Amino acid sequence: MATDSIAVQIEAPEGEALSAPLHPSFDYTRSTGPILGAFFAGLRERTLRGIRDNSGRVHVPPVEFDPTTHEALSASDIVDVAEEGEVVSWTWVSEPGASAALASPHALALIRPRGADTAMLHVIAAESAADISTGMRVEARWIPEPRGSIRDLYFVPAGSQMSPGLADYRGGLDDSDRLVTPVELDVTHTAGFAERTFLRGLAAGKIIGRRRSNGPEVYVPPRDWCPSDGVPMGEFVEVADTGVVTTFGIVNAAFAGQKITPPYVTAYILLDGSDLPIQHLVLGIPANEVRMGMRVRAHWVPESERVHSMASISHFEPTGEPDAPRGSFEKHL
Amino acid sequence: MNPANRPPVEAAVLGTGQTHHTSRRLDVSMAGLCREAIDAAMADARAGWDDIDAIIIGKAPDLFEGVMMPELMMADALGAAGKPLLRVHTAGSVGGSTAIAATAHVQSGRFRRVLAVSWEKQSESNAMWALSLPVPFAAPVGAGAGGHFAPHVRSYIETSGAPLDTGAKVVVKDRRAGARNPHAHLHQPDITVEQVMAGKMLWDPIRYDETCPSSDGASAIVIGDSVAAREAESAGRGVAWIHATSMRTEAGTYSGRNHRSPRAGRDAAAALWAEAGIDDPRAEIDVAEIYVPFSWFEPMWLENLGFCDAGDGWKLVAEGATAPDGDLPVNPSGGVLSSNPIGASGMLRFAEAARQVMGRADEHQIAGARRAFGHAYGGASQYFSMWVVGAEPNEAVASLRETQDQAL
Amino acid sequence: MTTTTPARDVAIVAFAHAAHSEASPGTTNGVEMLAPVFAECYEQSGLDRREIDFWCSGSSDYLAGRAFSFISAIEAIGATPSIQESHVEGDAAWALFEAWLTILSGHADTALVYGFGKASASADLDATMAAQLDPYTQSPLGPGRHQLAALQARAGLDAGMWSTDDLARIAARTHGIELAEVAAARAEADPLTAFDCPPVTDGACAVILAAGDRAKEIRTTPAWIAGLGQAIDSAELGARDLTASPSVREAARQATGGAELGPIDLAELHTPYSHQEIIVRRELGLGDNVRITPSGGSLAADPMFSAGLERIGYAAKAIYDGGARRTLGHASAGPLLQHNLVALLEGRG
Repeated sequence: MATDSIAVQIEAPEGEALSAPLHPSFDYTRSTGPILGAFFAGLRERTLRGIRDNSGRVHVPPVEFDPTTHEALSASDIVDVAEEGEVVSWTWVSEPGASAALASPHALALIRPRGADTAMLHVIAAESAADISTGMRVEARWIPEPRGSIRDLYFVPAGSQMSPGLADYRGGLDDSDRLVTPVELDVTHTAGFAERTFLRGLAAGKIIGRRRSNGPEVYVPPRDWCPSDGVPMGEFVEVADTGVVTTFGIVNAAFAGQKITPPYVTAYILLDGSDLPIQHLVLGIPANEVRMGMRVRAHWVPESERVHSMASISHFEPTGEPDAPRGSFEKHL
Repeated sequence: MNPANRPPVEAAVLGTGQTHHTSRRLDVSMAGLCREAIDAAMADARAGWDDIDAIIIGKAPDLFEGVMMPELMMADALGAAGKPLLRVHTAGSVGGSTAIAATAHVQSGRFRRVLAVSWEKQSESNAMWALSLPVPFAAPVGAGAGGHFAPHVRSYIETSGAPLDTGAKVVVKDRRAGARNPHAHLHQPDITVEQVMAGKMLWDPIRYDETCPSSDGASAIVIGDSVAAREAESAGRGVAWIHATSMRTEAGTYSGRNHRSPRAGRDAAAALWAEAGIDDPRAEIDVAEIYVPFSWFEPMWLENLGFCDAGDGWKLVAEGATAPDGDLPVNPSGGVLSSNPIGASGMLRFAEAARQVMGRADEHQIAGARRAFGHAYGGASQYFSMWVVGAEPNEAVASLRETQDQAL
Repeated sequence: MTTTTPARDVAIVAFAHAAHSEASPGTTNGVEMLAPVFAECYEQSGLDRREIDFWCSGSSDYLAGRAFSFISAIEAIGATPSIQESHVEGDAAWALFEAWLTILSGHADTALVYGFGKASASADLDATMAAQLDPYTQSPLGPGRHQLAALQARAGLDAGMWSTDDLARIAARTHGIELAEVAAARAEADPLTAFDCPPVTDGACAVILAAGDRAKEIRTTPAWIAGLGQAIDSAELGARDLTASPSVREAARQATGGAELGPIDLAELHTPYSHQEIIVRRELGLGDNVRITPSGGSLAADPMFSAGLERIGYAAKAIYDGGARRTLGHASAGPLLQHNLVALLEGRG
C-alpha cells in the first residue's frame, strides 16, 4: 500500500490542442419582489433604503426574510437610511477589471450607512489607498441618470469632490420594473484528445472514428474512453461519408439563433463503417419525403471553407440508392 | 438496490408544498419563489423552523438564472443559516434525485426532519438560449429539447405501430386533469384530440400542444423519520411512507443504445419494484406521476417502467387505463405537460404521488390511492430517479426488519 | 437534530488526484483528468468499476461556461450498464457527504466520489466567481475574488484577531519560503499579498468509500469516518462577523454529535487565503500540536470544486499510511468561508 501514487500525472497526446473562445452572455431579467423592488426603485430616486427586521435591526440592502425568525418581512418595514456612512472594511483596487463599477483605481469596501446596522458592499472613489481607512466617513454620489441599479451610486470620502471614471453598464430596472443584470463569461473551450483527430479530419474532408479496444464497434466521433466499459479506445479508423437515416425529426419551430429556415430535417445517420449514429441535417429533398432507412451522403463545404467542426459538412442528401432494411439499423433506434 | 440487504431507517413525507406555476412569476424574487413552496410544505407538515435538521435543494443548470450556486446567496431565505445544506443537480431528474437525497438523510439515521426544495425561474433568462449555446467545434444542428427527442418519438411510433393520435390523447387527458389543479400553469378543460391534431407540427412528429410549457415554479417537501411520522399520524395527519427509492444513470450515447426505452430506466424501475416488494406494478400501484414533457413519453415510459410489455404502452392510453378513472391513473395533477418549472418538475411528480396517498390531492385526488409512484428523468433520457410511497409503511421492509431483529 | 450513532461504519479506502496544473490539456468536462485518477483508485482498492455501488460528483457549470458539463464527465466511468449516480453543484466534499448518507441508508456498500474543475479555462476568473454573489446588489459591482477575501483579512487585522506577521508565517510555511520574501511581496489585494492568495489550478480528485467489512478487505488500516458534518452561514456579508465562521463550529459539532473534538494529529484545512487558516483553526480549537495542512492546501494549489475533497483525501492518506491515528479534513464553499464541512477520520486496531 505504500506505493499509492496520489498525484496522477495527466498525459496529453502528441500534437497541438484545439481551443476556441466561448462567450456566454445574457442580460438576465430579474423580478425583484416587493422588498428588493423598493430598494431599486429608491435608487432610481436617489434614495438609499433598508429594512427593519423583527428585532429592530436595519439591513441595507434590505433582506426579504427575518434572519432570526425566517418570517417574511413586509414592504411596510422599509426605511430610508442616510447617503453617508462608515467604512467597515476595505481593500484597494489598483487595476479595475472589465466588470468593476469604477474604471479608475478605487476602494472596494463594506460601508455601513448611517441609520443601518449592517454594511453594504460598494466602491469608493479616491486618489489612492492612503485616502482610505477603516472607520472613515464616506458619502454617496449619484450617476447623472439613475436607472435603478446598484451602480447608480458610488461613494467618496466625506467632502471629496472626486469625479471618477464610471465604467459602462447596461443594467437597471426595465419598463416592467424587472432588474436587468448582464452576465458575461469568457471561457476557453478545448477539444478532447480524440476529438482533435476527428476535427482535424473534418477540416481535411475525412470522417475519423475510433474502434473499441474490447470490441468491434466503431464510434463516431471518436472517444478517449469507451462509454461501454470505461477503458481506453483502440485504433482510429476512417469511415465513409455515406450512411443510413435511422430516424429523424422535422423542425418547424422557429427560435433565436436559428440558421436554416424551417421546415428542415435533423436526422440520426449511421455512417457506413460506424456503429453509432451521428445527428446532422438532411436537405436536398422535401422534408416530408425523408424516410427511416434512406441512404444519404455528406455534402461537404468547398475545401477552402472547411473548418475544425462538423460544419465542414453542410448537410447530408439522398444518394438515390434503395433504402436499407429496418433490420440493418434497428438496434440503433 | 440494497447491497447490505439491510432495511433503512423508515422515512415518510410529512408535508408537501408548491407554488402557483406560470410563465413569469414577476411578483417574487428567486428566494420568494422558493419560500412560497417551502412555507406551504412546512404548513402542510405542521413543522416549524426549529424542527428542520437539514435543507436539501435542487435545480437544473445555474445558467438559467445566471447565478453560480444560488442557494449560497439564498441561505438565509431558505432558513438554512446554521444548518446543513446540500445542493443537488442531476439534469432534468434533479427534482426527483433531490427528494431521494433528502430521503437518504433521514434513512441514514442522522436526521429526524429535513426540508427538500427544488425550483426554476426560467423567466430570468431563456432556457432555449442556455441549452443551445453555440459551443465551439459543434455543428448547429440542434433545435432544443424538442429537436433532440422528436426522432426518438418517431422511432417509437414506427416500431410499436401506435396510432398517430396516441400523443394527442395523452395531452387531452393531462391538460383536462391540469384544469382541476389550481397550481397548474396551463388550464385547458375543453381541449380535444381534434384540436391537438389540427395544431402546428413543431418538431414533427411532435405537435405544439404535445409539448410542455416553460414555467417558473418551486416544489418542497418535508421528510421525517418514523418517530416524526407516527407523531403526525397520531395527530390525525396522514403521511406518505417512502417504500423505495431508485436512481440510475447511463451514457447518453453508446453503440446499441435503446433510445426509446433506455436501459437505465429499466434498471432503476426493476430495483425500485424489488425494494418496494412489488411484483406487478400495474396491479399494485394505484396512481403514477410520470415525467412526460412530450406527450408520447407516457406510452414510452409505461413500457420502460414495466407497467406493461414493450410495444403495449399505447394500448393503455387507447383503453383509457391511464385516465383518472382508469385502473392506472397517470398524472392526475396534469403532469409536466401542464406545468414545467424544470428543476422542480421532478419533485412535483414525487410530491404529487405523496399527496395522493396522504389523501390531500384536493380536486385531483384519486379515490382510495394507497400506493403511488413518482418519476423523473433528465439529460438525453439518461438520468432516472423514482420512488414509491404508501399510506402504510413498506411491508417488505418491515418484515425484513422483524426477521433481522429476531436473528439478533 | 437526532444524534443516532450511524448503524454502519464507513471508511475511505482510496484517494488520488490529478497532478496540479496551471493549464491542463483537456476539456472543461474533466474526463481527461478523471479517467487516470479513477484508474489509480481502482488500483489502490483492487475494486473494479462494476463493484462501485454509488457514484457522486461535484463540479460547477460556471467553470465550463455551459450547462450540464458534469454529464460528459461520466464518460470517464463507462456507465454501461447503468450506474447509481448523483451530482452536487459545488465542491465534491459535499458529494462525499451525500455518498456517506447513501451508504448509511443501506443503498450502497461502496461509493466513488469525484470532483473536477478547469479554472484555467476562465479568461476572467474574477468575473466567473462574482456570479456566486448576490446577483441583485453585489455581482453587478464586479468585485474580484481576492479583493473580497481582503475585506475579511482586514476585518481581522482591524479587530486585532491576527497580524500581517501571522499571515506571513502561514504563507511562508505553505510556500516553503523565507518570511522576508513574503514581507517584501507586493499587495495582491491590500492587505493580502500574492502569497496569501490561491493560484489558478486545474484539478480533479477521487476517493473511494467502503462500508464495514468491505473496507477491511481493501485496506489494513482504512480511514474510518468517525464523524461528518456540514453547515452554512448567512449570505449577508455586511451583517456577518467576517472574522468568525460559526458554520465551521456547527459542522464540527455535528461531526462529533456535540462531544469534544478530541485529540487530532493532523488537520487538512480548505483555506484558500492565509487568514482563513486562522479562522478555521480558531473555530475548531486546534492547538499548536496539530499538524496543519501538510499537503499545502489551497494556498499552494487550488483545484476548484475538488480542493475540499482533496483535503479529506489527504487526511485519510495520513491514516492509512500509518502517520496519524486521528485526523480532520475540512472543506469550504461559497464566499469567505460561508459553507463548511468537517470530516473526522480515524485508524482503528
